[in-house]
Amino acid sequence: MSIIVNHVSYSYNPGTAMEVKALNDISFTVSDGEFIGLIGHTGCGKSTLVQHLNGLLKPQQGEICYNGENISDADYDLRALRSRVGLIFQYPEHQLFEEDVFTDVSFGPRNQGLSDSEIEMRAYEALTQVGIPDEYFYQSPFDLSGGEKRRIAIAGVLAMKPEVLILDEPTAGLDPKGREDILNLIRNLHEKEHITIILVSHSMEDIAEYADRILVMHEAKLVYDDSPRSVFAHEEELKAMGLSVPAVTSIMHLLREKGVGVRQDVITIEEGLKACLEILH
Amino acid sequence: MLRDITLGQYYPTESVLHKLDPRVKLLGTLVFLVSLFLIPNFIGYIIATIFLICMILLSKVPFSFMVRGLKAVVILLLVTVIINLFATPGEVLVSFWKFRITKEGIYASVFMMLRLIYLIIGSSIMTLTTTPANLTDGMEKALSPLSLIRVPVHEIAMMMSIALSFIPILLEETDKIMKAQMARGADFESGNLIRRVKNMIPLLVPLFISAFRRANDLAMAMEARCYRGGDGRTKMKPLKYHVNDVIAYVLLALYLAAVIVIPRVILA
Amino acid sequence: MSIIKSEKLAYEYFRRDKDGAVDGIVRALNDIDLDISQGDFVAILGHNGSGKSTLAKHMNAILYPSEGTIWVNGMDSKEPEHLWEIRRSAGMVFQNPDNQIIGNVVEEDVGFGPENMGVPTKEIWERVEESLKAVGMYAYRKSAPGKLSGGQKQRVAIAGVLAMHPKCIVLDEPTAMLDPMGRREVIRALRALNDVENITVILITHYMEEVIYANKVFVMDQGNIVMEGTPRQVFSHVEELEQLRLTVPQVTRLAHELRKTGVRIPEGILTAEEFAEAICRLL
Repeated sequence: MSIIVNHVSYSYNPGTAMEVKALNDISFTVSDGEFIGLIGHTGCGKSTLVQHLNGLLKPQQGEICYNGENISDADYDLRALRSRVGLIFQYPEHQLFEEDVFTDVSFGPRNQGLSDSEIEMRAYEALTQVGIPDEYFYQSPFDLSGGEKRRIAIAGVLAMKPEVLILDEPTAGLDPKGREDILNLIRNLHEKEHITIILVSHSMEDIAEYADRILVMHEAKLVYDDSPRSVFAHEEELKAMGLSVPAVTSIMHLLREKGVGVRQDVITIEEGLKACLEILH
Repeated sequence: MLRDITLGQYYPTESVLHKLDPRVKLLGTLVFLVSLFLIPNFIGYIIATIFLICMILLSKVPFSFMVRGLKAVVILLLVTVIINLFATPGEVLVSFWKFRITKEGIYASVFMMLRLIYLIIGSSIMTLTTTPANLTDGMEKALSPLSLIRVPVHEIAMMMSIALSFIPILLEETDKIMKAQMARGADFESGNLIRRVKNMIPLLVPLFISAFRRANDLAMAMEARCYRGGDGRTKMKPLKYHVNDVIAYVLLALYLAAVIVIPRVILA
Repeated sequence: MSIIKSEKLAYEYFRRDKDGAVDGIVRALNDIDLDISQGDFVAILGHNGSGKSTLAKHMNAILYPSEGTIWVNGMDSKEPEHLWEIRRSAGMVFQNPDNQIIGNVVEEDVGFGPENMGVPTKEIWERVEESLKAVGMYAYRKSAPGKLSGGQKQRVAIAGVLAMHPKCIVLDEPTAMLDPMGRREVIRALRALNDVENITVILITHYMEEVIYANKVFVMDQGNIVMEGTPRQVFSHVEELEQLRLTVPQVTRLAHELRKTGVRIPEGILTAEEFAEAICRLL
């Protein structure tokens, strides 16, 4: 499995006075089993980019290939692509519509044209994966808490058995515990189910903790594509783009400014702890 | 696609039309719409066209922006044109199978199309140059005598103003939910009519829920800011007629007279 | 002087099943005693469903206590004749920036409150101008709210409340839907109002980083206030906070982990600067 994004550009309202360039010559490759963090200031084009990856938008220039096939080809099956590259939008709970949880989660597999028994199995499996207990299955999704609704919405995409899962700010608006539940769920999907993950987030701490590669977008361009450690070494540049580094990283940078010879390549709490202990002993 | 609907949208810029009193614009639009139905022949349409072009130029709203609003009603336009084309009796020009195209049919459909397009552009000019709040203020003031017979004029005006300002938000929401359901394999584009209507459920249910949630939030926000209906309310921008408004009324009267009189005089 | 005070404040509502029959009673607030002084910057923390929003809505007389009493600016919220004066003196800003903007132009939105209060036209304009300047949005006064960023919209909402000349602003998770930049803008605006205009700010949030500027923090759980104190005092209880499904800022967490390994760094460190100084002292 691989997604190749090759010199892709996209503008909204092209050819009018209100033209907005959302993607400007973007190229990168996603390989099997990666956990990619996608960061960028609001309006930098991240949402437009992720909508390209599952064919909701098509490149105006350049091409996107999924497993070697160009998704812009006239005979390319876009609906099949959408079930392989699952996209979870911001506030996905706003898309729930069925009378009960189980039927809602079945919506995706049903659209795939699977048999009834297969649909049920998929829905059951997906709900179990996201940790929704059996007694909720036949309740209205609208009676559940915000965090539960969000997990059900995620199950709705998981039930299609995607190979790649893209999540656009999946923790927005949740409380700390709800955030942690969702992030653990994503980690599980990556480690146990071997789903390739692309996580869009504003939390540098979460990205540092979970991702093994970071894409940074700024004003429609891809400016960094590197390991978290290398990307977060550019504190000044990131700040100029309205972004930041994990709090623990800037603590280490501050210590260095004060003349403390502490390691600078720290991006998580555990590493920060180790780095501090090194200088204290 | 949904972003193309310009009817009811406001286009912020500074122009003579933007500054006119909303009551003038309301009456003006009404006069223009009525005039379209009073026009007896193409001479009248020439006058109406000149008037409309002047208004478009005065509004400083790009013409392309207005035309985008027409895209949304293309189907409606086509249906009216086709019905008029085939259903008007008269001198037959072309006929095939059961269909007949008559000379009168061509006239009727062209006029009907012009009428509809002018109607849409005419009312768009009003909404594009008047903020919804201003528009409803105008309506409230113009209809205020009705409150004497217990018509809740202020409340109706407020509801309209809010409904108008929620249109763009709900359109954006529709687009978002549509994409989210498409990501789950939903298909909004194929199948027969019944199938398509059924396929809209995953779009409509979340949209209604969201609209109710927003309405609820907004009601609370309004109450929190001391909203309690029209009684004792003052205005930040009270309506007052200026010289330009009076001139506009005079010009409107001239236009109406011209549309009614000139075509008939020339024909006679 | 106390601006918001409550005694044994409780709020209960009926939980209903699918058919609308009463299923049970939920006690969303339980005997809350509270005293907030004029000029305070108060943060209320708690996970979703802890009762913090319910409490906020009592401060604006959107909800009324089932038991006990809440006084806003000395007025009992249960007395109907005080309703509008309470809503004027304790303005409220909500979570979703799109769902609380009423006007179609920024300045009209800010003028909505004063219009409702029957303020004379000329004074509305003065109030709108000063309020927009106070939150740094005066340059956008002619803009359509839809074109603004989330942080800007929330600042307009704050200006809308300011124009009513309140004594106190209650904000119910105003930053939950914003990006980090928007969150910073809103918090900066609130700090300025608190410092310069001496307006009481009551900020409900679950972003711990926003709490460090408060001079008083309340932590809520299951309808009760379970912790209370300065940010430093509250953040000294990392483990308890975690049991309440809350987390502390990364810097506080790092200091706490260091302490657990035996390093003598003080508890309740709130900023990177404090942390760095503490480390330097240890070296």
